[in-house]
Amino acid sequence: MKAFDYSRAEATADAVGQSARLIAGGTNLLDLMKLEVETPEALLDITRIGLNAIDAEGEGLRIGALVSNSDAAADPRIRRDWPLLSRAILAGASPQLRNKATMGGNLCQRTRCGYFMDNRSACNKREPGSGCAAIGGVNRNHAILGASSDCIATYPGDMAVALSALQAVVHTERPEGAREIPMRHFHRLPGDTPQQDNHLESGEVITAISLPAPLGGRQIYRKVRDRASYAFALVSVAAALRMEEGRIASVHLAFGGVAHTPWTNDHVDELLTGERPSPALFDKAADLLLEDAQGQGHNDFKIPLLRRALAAVLAEATGE
Amino acid sequence: MAHRPAARLTINGQSQDFQGDPRRTLLDFLRLDLGLTGTKKGCDHGQCGACTVIVNGRRINSCLSLAAMHDGDEITTIEGLGTPEALSTLQKAFVAHDGFQCGYCTPGQICSAAAMIDEIRAGWPSAVGDDPTEMPTTVTDDEIRERMSGNLCRCGAYDNIVSAIREAMAAEEEVAQ
Ligand SMILES: Cc1cc2nc3c(=O)[nH]c(=O)nc-3n(C[C@H](O)[C@H](O)[C@H](O)COP(=O)(O)OP(=O)(O)OC[C@H]3O[C@@H](n4cnc5c(N)ncnc54)[C@H](O)[C@@H]3O)c2cc1C
Ligand code: SF4
Ligand code: FES
Ligand code: FES
Repeated sequence: MKAFDYSRAEATADAVGQSARLIAGGTNLLDLMKLEVETPEALLDITRIGLNAIDAEGEGLRIGALVSNSDAAADPRIRRDWPLLSRAILAGASPQLRNKATMGGNLCQRTRCGYFMDNRSACNKREPGSGCAAIGGVNRNHAILGASSDCIATYPGDMAVALSALQAVVHTERPEGAREIPMRHFHRLPGDTPQQDNHLESGEVITAISLPAPLGGRQIYRKVRDRASYAFALVSVAAALRMEEGRIASVHLAFGGVAHTPWTNDHVDELLTGERPSPALFDKAADLLLEDAQGQGHNDFKIPLLRRALAAVLAEATGE
Repeated sequence: MAHRPAARLTINGQSQDFQGDPRRTLLDFLRLDLGLTGTKKGCDHGQCGACTVIVNGRRINSCLSLAAMHDGDEITTIEGLGTPEALSTLQKAFVAHDGFQCGYCTPGQICSAAAMIDEIRAGWPSAVGDDPTEMPTTVTDDEIRERMSGNLCRCGAYDNIVSAIREAMAAEEEVAQ
């Protein structure tokens, strides 16, 4: 690990607009600092700034950025009204990691691309302009949607996928004031600047994540992975779906492990809305979802896998 | 900026001062500075659970945590759970069930299991209890396996680890009644 200066922030204001790297649970940042993939000159410890409460906000909920993943997953309101969020969190990492991991840190976790995590490999995300060893290399866990010729990495997390389906909003503070970023627009596609995972600016601090009024209906998080537990998703599907008189009254889908962002496609949600569930309908939804999907070789299997995972989730959610 | 940040921790009931290179992980502080070598280093990357300790009642991976970040925290390591003369219920059960072979993962397994039992008592859900809206009522072996998935055992003593934990939970229930 490269040497760094360490200091503690006492309040959110101490952290906003700082050039020091923020550290919360440390479970991703320290991992990458040990590999010298991340080499911050200064760390600012934000674990004592507060922001660790879950508060009712109208019909919704506001979850502080420093709430642990375990506390969020165990919260009785989240379990009752936004069970998708509990399920996605519990499907990720291990109990020890979830105890440490925070809401804000989880959103900002970096890709699990093996070349990104290996300093000796070419990687545009780690070192812009150096190339992408994953293109033509080992790319089993890489993107099938929205990749670029500079980077084909995925966003690896589970929680943000559920939050995308649940229409959550990320609240931040910048020197010029607070702003809100819909979860669906928080992460970004790699384009020719893959070094930037999301739309946060330097010095911007995540303060909270808010959930709108409960969507109701069936909420499913299906994570397909190499082991039954403690493994990242190959693909995942988050669904919040409500039926009315035999038809899909509303549906919000999001997909993990397939792109540089939790992947959403409003057209797929619209195609399903108002329809009677059937295998043919689910197939049409998958066709649309995967219209522009492209395998990279080792990850070609993700295309049929996502199709089947979507069909299975829709069948379960609609009772079809 | 603090080049040698300080922190005062309580470790197994004793006050301990850290001051030094901020790169020191909690794991290295325990092992190298305090000589508490019960806590093991397996992967050093949060993947194996050998370094599990209990911080303010919650299990964490001490390899992915900086000592400097634990000012004011109460830490329990395997040395604080029991001693060779007075084994804890879990330690006794691990011995009785051969919950190990080489023993390297064992301190982490036992610290993890101790905190896991508290999590179950607190009604925390898991990915196995299919419905997170329901509190776990019966703790099946699948449930224990999922909740202990953060602790790997290279020797594959998993079956006996599960048996040991099941017995320890039952024994503690009896004491509670
Ligand atoms: C072995 C292993 C397995 C894992 N498996 C999974 C899995 O299956 N699914 C999954 O989803 N995740 C998994 N994870 C990742 C884990 O969820 C993340 O490491 C964790 O959520 C990161 O949270 P943290 O608080 O520890 O972040 P940190 O490591 O503290 O920070 C991560 C990043 O976020 C930034 N940051 C933190 N807080 C803020 C804030 N408030 N505002 C702005 N920036 C901030 C930091 O500067 C840093 O860049 C796994 C991790 C490990 C080590
Ligand atoms: S896929 Fe992205 S993260 Fe992986 S090597 Fe290529 S540029 Fe780097
Ligand atoms: S040594 Fe910490 S998890 Fe392996
Ligand atoms: S007993 Fe050898 S690693 Fe578990």
